[in-house]
Amino acid sequence: MATDQALLEIHNLSVQFPTRRGVVEAARAINLQVQPGEVLGLVGESGAGKSTIGNAIIDLLEHPGRVTEGSILFQGEELRGLDDDAMRKVRGDRIGMIFQDPQTSLNPLLRIGEQLIETIRKSLPVSDKEAHSRAVDLLEAVGIDQAEVRLKSYPHQFSGGMRQRVVIALALAGEPDLIIADEPTTALDVSIQAQILDLIRHLCKTRNLGVIIVTHDIGVIANIADRVAVMYRGEVVETGPVAQIVGAPQHDYTISLIAAVPPADRKLERFNSVDYIDGDNLDHSARRIDVGTHWLGEQSHSKSPDGAAVSVENLKLSFVLERALFKRNRKMLQAVDDVTFSIADGETFGLVGESGSGKSTVARLIVGLYKPQAGRIRVMGQEVELHKQDEQSLLARRALQMIFQDPYSSLNGRLKVLDIVAEPIRFFKMAGSEKQVRSIVKDLLDHVGLGAAAAMRYPHEFSGGQRQRISIARALASRPRILICDEPTSALDVSIQAQILNLLKDLQQELGLTMLFISHDLPVIRQMCDRVAVMRNGAICEIAQTELLFNAPSHEYTRHLLDLMPRMDLLDRHYQ
Amino acid sequence: MLSYIFRRLAQSVLVMAAVSLISFSLFNFVGDPVNNMVGQEATREDRVRIRQDLGLDDPIFTQYVRFMGNALNGDFGLSYRIKRPVSTLIKERLPATLELVFVSAVIALVVGIAAGVYTGIRRNGWLSKTILSTSLVGVSLPTFIIGIALIYLFAVTLRWLPSSGRAGVVELGWWKTSFLTVDGWRSIILPAITLSLFQLTMILRLVRAEMLEVMQADYIKFARARGLSERAINFVHALKNTLVPVITIIGLNIGGLIAFSVITETVFQWPGTGLMFIQAVDFADVPIMAAYLCFVALIFVIVNLIVDLLYVFIDPRIRLGGQ
Repeated sequence: MATDQALLEIHNLSVQFPTRRGVVEAARAINLQVQPGEVLGLVGESGAGKSTIGNAIIDLLEHPGRVTEGSILFQGEELRGLDDDAMRKVRGDRIGMIFQDPQTSLNPLLRIGEQLIETIRKSLPVSDKEAHSRAVDLLEAVGIDQAEVRLKSYPHQFSGGMRQRVVIALALAGEPDLIIADEPTTALDVSIQAQILDLIRHLCKTRNLGVIIVTHDIGVIANIADRVAVMYRGEVVETGPVAQIVGAPQHDYTISLIAAVPPADRKLERFNSVDYIDGDNLDHSARRIDVGTHWLGEQSHSKSPDGAAVSVENLKLSFVLERALFKRNRKMLQAVDDVTFSIADGETFGLVGESGSGKSTVARLIVGLYKPQAGRIRVMGQEVELHKQDEQSLLARRALQMIFQDPYSSLNGRLKVLDIVAEPIRFFKMAGSEKQVRSIVKDLLDHVGLGAAAAMRYPHEFSGGQRQRISIARALASRPRILICDEPTSALDVSIQAQILNLLKDLQQELGLTMLFISHDLPVIRQMCDRVAVMRNGAICEIAQTELLFNAPSHEYTRHLLDLMPRMDLLDRHYQ
Repeated sequence: MLSYIFRRLAQSVLVMAAVSLISFSLFNFVGDPVNNMVGQEATREDRVRIRQDLGLDDPIFTQYVRFMGNALNGDFGLSYRIKRPVSTLIKERLPATLELVFVSAVIALVVGIAAGVYTGIRRNGWLSKTILSTSLVGVSLPTFIIGIALIYLFAVTLRWLPSSGRAGVVELGWWKTSFLTVDGWRSIILPAITLSLFQLTMILRLVRAEMLEVMQADYIKFARARGLSERAINFVHALKNTLVPVITIIGLNIGGLIAFSVITETVFQWPGTGLMFIQAVDFADVPIMAAYLCFVALIFVIVNLIVDLLYVFIDPRIRLGGQ
């Protein structure tokens, strides 16, 4: 192999998915190159076709997708048209793959040692004993301590980050020259993300591997990639060094994509809305209602008696991790540990922390999905208790609505959008007649930008962003005073995220809503919140005004989180 | 782990107590055994005396406690009809039923899992489609029709196999087995197939559905991306994951085999406990009926206990807990 030859060269590649409604072109005339020791970032939003390219390279396209045109040259050899056996020798031996979710990438019933040794022996002509020692070396190389012992562990005995390390070790087991990493850190916390990206970059440089990182996250790209290819609707619209793509993008799509990323270093009034990205197919003609006169705005001036819309005092909750006959043998998890805060009328209060920090549990306690073991919860000055059905509790519950993270599982797929949104109105008997209910629902759907026509359709007909708008309309339908948003945009693309967050901001202003905004995403928190509480292991580390927290964090953990935040203004290290 | 087994055992005891109580009280309504025991010419005094001898005039609960007390000592009383100890009767009949259930369970498992895996992998092959549509017959036809059809085909028309009874039995101590002679196998094969057919179909369809689901899992895709062979993927990675839910169902089904064996044994005049039960019902022979139901419940409980332990054995997530 000549030294000036690219590791991977893709020419004019097209991938099609024939469906009943016609042929979908998932990738069109793609040209890409990867050199040894180089990290190529493939960035784009969902449906852009970036994963399709990764799958096409190792011939693992989902049925019925197929490569219709072009060539894939790997180390000078054409991969297209190889038969199954030849392709199997390429997979793992020469091209390794890392998938998104480490929770599901490993076979739960096999020890990781078995999975590693099986893969090593498939790829390399070594004895069982040698494969074993290689497996130990691999685990050490990806930063797993006590490798010898850990070989005997099952996947569920590792944390998410450690599991992704095991996945990387598996991808490296056949000593490939190219690694394709499909969203390798999307399912991980920000601190773990930084570690995994460092590891991939380190392996790339020390082993002179070519790496393709497929991601929707510009922050990840800025941190790891040498060169970037930007994909939009199945085409590569722009390719270049990372500093140029992030710092001085040329193509309109790249410009708007980067503008949509919430900046971490300053607060904007509104998110940059992205006109170029029309994936959400919004009805732009949808009229907005005048909340001053509409049913929706009728209660928008009611205030809490003591000025605090929500206040919690010394909240505590623990879960049983491992049951045992005797109380002292039980393993408990202190999910919420002595949490106290209060949110003023009209304020947006942020709750930030990594997974397992207890932030979602706090939200569930406040809305009454869990019963606290100790502590008090007051909503609009009214103490609430789980399962109490008196009028006061119902009123408090009506004033409090929640928007969940996953727009796919939080809507009942068997109900029409009309019935989903109408349910709170009917339940709380807030409208005089069915006719009024319907007209209110249509107004609400118009107001959240979906258009009244959506009422007669079912949730599965909508995209993630549109579904989140349905969730918002449903939450508004009980005329709440407080919205609890639990990671409302973390399942969405960055451009859709900007639209949804702008919508939430608008609604808050119009209706004077109080918001509890939960997120792991610090830039988003900075844009949305007036005050922020940082949570860790169930307890609050620090509560501060947002700007103060970002500019002068007082708690060490907050500083740690801020340091890990992927920032596009930190590209300098790539220039040097 | 020990506390888990202990808890399961405690639950099993409770289940047994409940089943025995319910079955025992039910039998007080099936008819008067005394009518069947005495002739037309028996006097009223004779009947009253027999009732008193059998303790049938005591309250049901007293009868139950007496029954359970004896049962725990292995004494289920005398059959009203044959006047022999029920425990001896069951002991005589048990090998026939257990062997029948064993053979049909093996058929159902081996054929069911193999065909399930095959139809799961070769989803669109003609053989898969044939297997699947034929298997519908297995679930939709009642056992006795299948049994009669098999008898008609193999015993009456082709004359390959005997139509009923249990021939070629060899005695090994108190256990009479039909596994040691050709005649024994010839006579067990038709009832065993009849009994297994329904379970076979269930297992087949379950394994297939699980297989289809598992093949979509990320770890299968990742295994493919590592270039593992189709055989390793299908039989190591996929099959093992398929078996976790399948084993639960199999546990319930083996209990079902014993319950269904009542019908199969009747059709084939197989001298097992099921046939004995049917004859006991005709005669309102309460000791046999109660003992039989307790015995079936015991088998259910034991099988499910084994299944739960197997589950723990196969799935490390249950065995080891999260860390």
